[in-house]
Amino acid sequence: MGIEEDSGKRTLVLKGLGVSPGIVIGKAYIFNQLDAQIKFYTIENETLVQKEIDRLMIAMDESEKQLEVIRNKLREAGGEEPSIIIDVHMMILRDKMFLKHTLDHIRGKKVNAEWALSMTIDHYKKLFDKIEDEYIRGRYYDIQYVGRRVIRNLSGGKEEAMADVGEGVIVIASDLSPADTAQMLIRKVLGFATDIGGRTSHTAIVAQSIEIPAVVGLEYITKVVRTNDDVIIDGATGLVIVHPDPEILNRYEEKRRHFLELRDDYLEFAHLPAVTKDNKRIEIGGNIEFVEEIPSAVSHGAEGIGLYRTEFIYLNRDQLPTEEDHFQIYRQVVESRGVGWSTIRTFDLGGDKFFSKPKLAKEMNPQMGLRAIRFCLKEIEMFKTQIRAIIRASVYGKVRILYPMISGLEEILEAKRIFNDAKADLKAQSIPIGNDIEIGVMIEVPSAVIIADALAKEVDFFSIGTNDLIQYVLAIDRINGQVAYLYEPLHPAVLRMILQTVEAGHNAGIPVAMCGEMAGEPLYAMILLGLELDELSMNPTLIPRVKKIIRETTVQESKELLQRVMTFASAVEVRECVEATMKERFPGEFSAP
Amino acid sequence: MLIIESFEIKNKLGLHARAAAKIVKVASTYRSDIFLERDGIEVNGKSLLGILNLACPKGSFMSIKVDGPDAEQAMMELKKLIEDKFGED
Repeated sequence: MGIEEDSGKRTLVLKGLGVSPGIVIGKAYIFNQLDAQIKFYTIENETLVQKEIDRLMIAMDESEKQLEVIRNKLREAGGEEPSIIIDVHMMILRDKMFLKHTLDHIRGKKVNAEWALSMTIDHYKKLFDKIEDEYIRGRYYDIQYVGRRVIRNLSGGKEEAMADVGEGVIVIASDLSPADTAQMLIRKVLGFATDIGGRTSHTAIVAQSIEIPAVVGLEYITKVVRTNDDVIIDGATGLVIVHPDPEILNRYEEKRRHFLELRDDYLEFAHLPAVTKDNKRIEIGGNIEFVEEIPSAVSHGAEGIGLYRTEFIYLNRDQLPTEEDHFQIYRQVVESRGVGWSTIRTFDLGGDKFFSKPKLAKEMNPQMGLRAIRFCLKEIEMFKTQIRAIIRASVYGKVRILYPMISGLEEILEAKRIFNDAKADLKAQSIPIGNDIEIGVMIEVPSAVIIADALAKEVDFFSIGTNDLIQYVLAIDRINGQVAYLYEPLHPAVLRMILQTVEAGHNAGIPVAMCGEMAGEPLYAMILLGLELDELSMNPTLIPRVKKIIRETTVQESKELLQRVMTFASAVEVRECVEATMKERFPGEFSAP
Repeated sequence: MLIIESFEIKNKLGLHARAAAKIVKVASTYRSDIFLERDGIEVNGKSLLGILNLACPKGSFMSIKVDGPDAEQAMMELKKLIEDKFGED
């Protein structure tokens, strides 16, 4: 849209119930918005009551005819199974009690047919809410569906045609019934996201059976998404992201790929420790950005949270988050079941991401601009709010605080000073704080690698962020397709930088973690072992496979591989050597490309 | 004629929508009044919503009351339906 920023399209994250796993990225299609508004009026004149009842009966007949058409269509397409659900709908429509309730409301309360129907729907909601059996309780949605269909016919609404739903879209709806899905080219739908529904709702059942991701119970997604909006659905965590910004989009494309590659037989390695055959234990963390991702991270074998990206706390709201907002979230993270430690990375974006009107000058080169620690050290109050909350959360579990994009000693000294001030303030206010909070720097700027020995003296740990490090070392913009071929984690310069960082850390007696994408790439697992990293933190779905490789190798042979590789000056040679070795060592894992 | 009989629900899912729908289908073909009762709650056997609302899980007991000219035939058919576990499992 030209030079102007489209400020209306801010990234938005909705949380619902994930009922069918998988990640899908695509365009939204808003389906069949039934319940825009239900008309209400009272019937003043007694003689008009019969007229209202006639309206109702006509709309019910109309609904029955529509259901018959859908049922026939379903029978042609898929046999008896799905059409039985339409039978249930037709029975509800003809149910004497359903009709009697509605008529009673028209006659007794003198309300219009639409309103009388919505009262009947409410009546059944109360009745069914009491039922223990989840499946039968879920049939309330069938009643609601039938009622709404009649209401739509009363209001002269049109049935959405099958052809209206295009191919390759994410269907967004208030709720989906068999009649709805019958109208779609269901095999061409990428995923579902609905306002209402539970684990046994029709949406869930259909999504599971055709193995596409679905999130239900989002409450108001139909209100905030328009047809053709970009949407990400994560059916495992129950998150739906609307208007994802390019960085999130990238990350989810990765996640999607990893999810598709995850094989069932890897999962047996999820809960085993990452111990080599010569008994070297590597700590395994999961990278997350939403609390909702933690259970899945733990079940995939994460022993801690190796990188908690906090940017979303800022992005998903109208005003800056308060200390309490931060604290509640961090506390949830550190207290989560199965989480041994939580590495919380402080704000890692530029200010343009959350000030709705860009106050700041537009940057030509934002990757090297005023962002991360640089921005935080300018916005000290905002920074302090986050730091205070992190310190407070450390009462509830093991916390490591991680400062991103440190490029010089002054930055870490300043960040530490702010940390110590915050700690002193909290103490003075008698607010409880934990004792063993650790401070670390993200090693992702080449200058930080060069002075790693000096930085190591100031902190408790390093965490190497390979995505940015590689980008800065090789001067490659990852997003730019023209130069993407130059992006090479196995470039000798990158490997030497990692080695230098690890040596500087170990000389100072501090552990060195890696939390970039490189850490989760099974092909590099032996190289990383050879580099003697202490912790690898990655996209959780990658953990089982990386653990498998670590458990089937030794530090000894990994070091030998690294030594061989370090003699090459060319990235191509390194890659050839690593690929050949890994294929030979793990023939089942790495087949020919 | 009035007939009352008690049944145990033996199919895996209990009286869920599909099973209830089958009862309604059968019941609706008879002139007799048909009621289902569980735990003191009585519902019309020709009403799907009524039967669903009884929420009979597997292993629960309920009774059927049939009252009318074709009661015997109706009860026979309903009994067969329940004992066949609604053609499921």
